[in-house]
Amino acid sequence: MSLWSAILLMAGVTYLLRALPMVALRRRITNPWLLDFLHYVPYAVLTAMTVPAMILATESPISGLVALGVAVLVALRRGSLLLVALCAAGAVLATEALINLI
Amino acid sequence: MTTPNPATAALRDSTPIALGYFTVSLAFGLYCARLDVPTALAGLISFTNLSSSGQFAGLTIIGAGGSHLELAIGVALVNLRYVLMAISLGQRLGPQVGTAQRLLLAAGITDEIYALGMGRRQVGFADYAASMVLPIIGWTSGTIVGAAAGEVLPAPLVSACGVLLYAMFVAIVVPAAVGSRQVLVVALGAAGLSSLLASIGGLDVGWRIIIVTIVISAAAATWLPTRRADLDSGVVPS
Repeated sequence: MSLWSAILLMAGVTYLLRALPMVALRRRITNPWLLDFLHYVPYAVLTAMTVPAMILATESPISGLVALGVAVLVALRRGSLLLVALCAAGAVLATEALINLI
Repeated sequence: MTTPNPATAALRDSTPIALGYFTVSLAFGLYCARLDVPTALAGLISFTNLSSSGQFAGLTIIGAGGSHLELAIGVALVNLRYVLMAISLGQRLGPQVGTAQRLLLAAGITDEIYALGMGRRQVGFADYAASMVLPIIGWTSGTIVGAAAGEVLPAPLVSACGVLLYAMFVAIVVPAAVGSRQVLVVALGAAGLSSLLASIGGLDVGWRIIIVTIVISAAAATWLPTRRADLDSGVVPS
């Protein structure tokens, strides 16, 4: 798969999802099962993308696991998107420096 | 004129979104650099997609050498919620907004820009279009800066930056899971099933995300129904 064809495909699929309902489908969705399904999709997708990939994204699974734990803790304390991200990245740096020391 | 122009007001209100997009897209740019995507193409992806989780899923599938089918289904599924927002926005615009204008506004349907529009008493072509401009600039320029920085940063820093986007996903899911028992079950179920399938192996990452999302969302919709107001009712999202 070439990068160019992949970029075109991504752009096309994403745009069609937004454009087709705007011009073609003017009927409102009332099916409660479908509304619930669409409501849950973002959370299922984001979690499936994060676990276990985040643990394997760094040089050592230990630092990845620490980063995930730190991100959850800061998010529980209502940290902003940016703060959660920076704390997780800082946790990776600190953990990997510690691993290299031992 | 005593009341401010709706388009000017929309442009002003979109500034925090643009700044937020800039910082989040820095992380996407860094992710592109890790996968050796050229800086200009990283910017092109952001400009043509305007979707953090969709782009991230797409890049993950591309990086894992997935097929076109896997890429199309994966990106479509991650971005499925835009269908709902597009239907909702389409109804709010009313019949005086024509097809060409709708096709232009469709490019600017994101969680944040949509929410901003729904928060206004009336949504028209000029104000929705105005609210798209700065966020698109912020999202694209942040990606380019992040991708360019990723090429010159030392290795340990790039390793640390690899968790930025994942951490942001955590920051989106955790507060929602605290506020809703159903979302908590969905997140735990998705994490469990995803880890299980990953440990078994033999499944491309794109298919794994697709299967986990459909199975968990369908199970939750069946056994954990919500009683929330639907997106189409015109209720202002909180």
